[in-house]
Amino acid sequence: MLAALRVVVWRDLLVALRRRSDVAVALLFFVIVASLFPLGVGAEPNLLRAIAPGVIWVSALLSSMLSLGRLFEADHADGTLEQLLLGAAPLGAVVAAKALAHWLVSGLPIVVIAPLIALQYDLAPPLYGVLALSLLLGTPVLSLIGAIGAALTLGLRGGGVLLALLVLPLYVPVLIMGAGAVEMAAAGLGGQGQLLILAALAIVAAAFAPWAIAGALRISSE
Amino acid sequence: MKWFWYASPQTFFPLARTIALWAGAAAVLLALAGLYIGFFVAPTDAQQGEAYRIIFIHVPAAWMSMFIYVVMAFWAALGLALNTRLSGMMAAALAPTGALFTFIALWTGSLWGKPTWGTYWVWDARLTSELILLFLYFGFMALRAAIEDPRRADRASALLALVGVVNVPVIYYSVQWWNTLHQGASVSLTRAPSMAKTMLAGMLVMALAFWMYSVAAAMLRVRGIIRERG
Amino acid sequence: MGGYGWYVWGSYGVTFACLLVEIVVLVKRETKN
Repeated sequence: MLAALRVVVWRDLLVALRRRSDVAVALLFFVIVASLFPLGVGAEPNLLRAIAPGVIWVSALLSSMLSLGRLFEADHADGTLEQLLLGAAPLGAVVAAKALAHWLVSGLPIVVIAPLIALQYDLAPPLYGVLALSLLLGTPVLSLIGAIGAALTLGLRGGGVLLALLVLPLYVPVLIMGAGAVEMAAAGLGGQGQLLILAALAIVAAAFAPWAIAGALRISSE
Repeated sequence: MKWFWYASPQTFFPLARTIALWAGAAAVLLALAGLYIGFFVAPTDAQQGEAYRIIFIHVPAAWMSMFIYVVMAFWAALGLALNTRLSGMMAAALAPTGALFTFIALWTGSLWGKPTWGTYWVWDARLTSELILLFLYFGFMALRAAIEDPRRADRASALLALVGVVNVPVIYYSVQWWNTLHQGASVSLTRAPSMAKTMLAGMLVMALAFWMYSVAAAMLRVRGIIRERG
Repeated sequence: MGGYGWYVWGSYGVTFACLLVEIVVLVKRETKN
């Protein structure tokens, strides 16, 4: 089974590598959205410092969601998905592997780029660690929950926006805990509580989401 | 035995009408009783004056909005597990009523907030959770609407409802945490300082009235769905 | 209503209007055939 997982992850990474622009676009989106807020609310440093965690997290949410469309569409279009559904490897494991590949390509870069955005917002450097850690714990949850939505909306018209409507309410706890961790740390109270809850969400999502994603794929492929 | 006989949409069709009529009548009677208690029996609140009387529809509507979501998820689970068409139809029939009560909870909460807190919208933990619940309902209905095949629509929205129902406590808890962090010791819109027994009675009767109403509306709607899908 | 009339009646009014409209729409569907 592990061999099958490795193959799936590797294949998805290869596909993403060949479609570099798709990946880059989502990350550029993250940067652009984060850059829009100061234009909207004014460049006053105290304000920006206060809203930085929330803005970065919301931008991460939106960017992650934008890249979810690619998760199953290509495979669905060329028949690979059907092969995976009929194949010997357990579907739950396969979709977990796909979600992992998705995260490596769209979530992990956000974790790396976020401190640069934080720099733009004049967030205190000691907070970069909490920010990165919160995103590191939270973006996998976003990938996993988002994958459920992507599987449910496979092949539907209006897919992207519909996916957003389905998935954003479910993202709320991750957003609250993620941004909250950084805000608590900024207030000097330490973000450990929120980070622990994020870790718990990540574990629960990793355990249960693949099951839901597999179910959704079967429903969408009949 | 009888239960499984009614599991077929065709045989359930006439039963739904009977239930709708009885539930509708009960709803009207309970509403009259509840409104009587709410306006003529319950005393004026010491702090909020007459404005608090909104509680007699705000809280029952909020309760119904959450209760209906759980019931919807129940039918969804049953439909996925037993592969029965009627279960999916029931879930579909409940969603609009649930969304309506969520909207009513938000609307009345907003109008209650204006005289008591001076603003139409407060990021109160419960109102914010209600807003997210409304989005969950809309997501459910939007997903159904986007899928042509009724069976796939049933199953997909059922899965979504189940994912949603598991998340509702998580969302509520995290929003409540967020709210206390940002507002300090906040007073919830739904708490009257000391709930007089008559106030509680009024709320409960109105909640029952709304419950009966929801049953009637769901029965009528499921009849419409059965007619469409056979 | 102690000056809160708009809010209270606005709440109750919209609520019962919504519920009424829902039932009317559903009953119209029933009697359409």
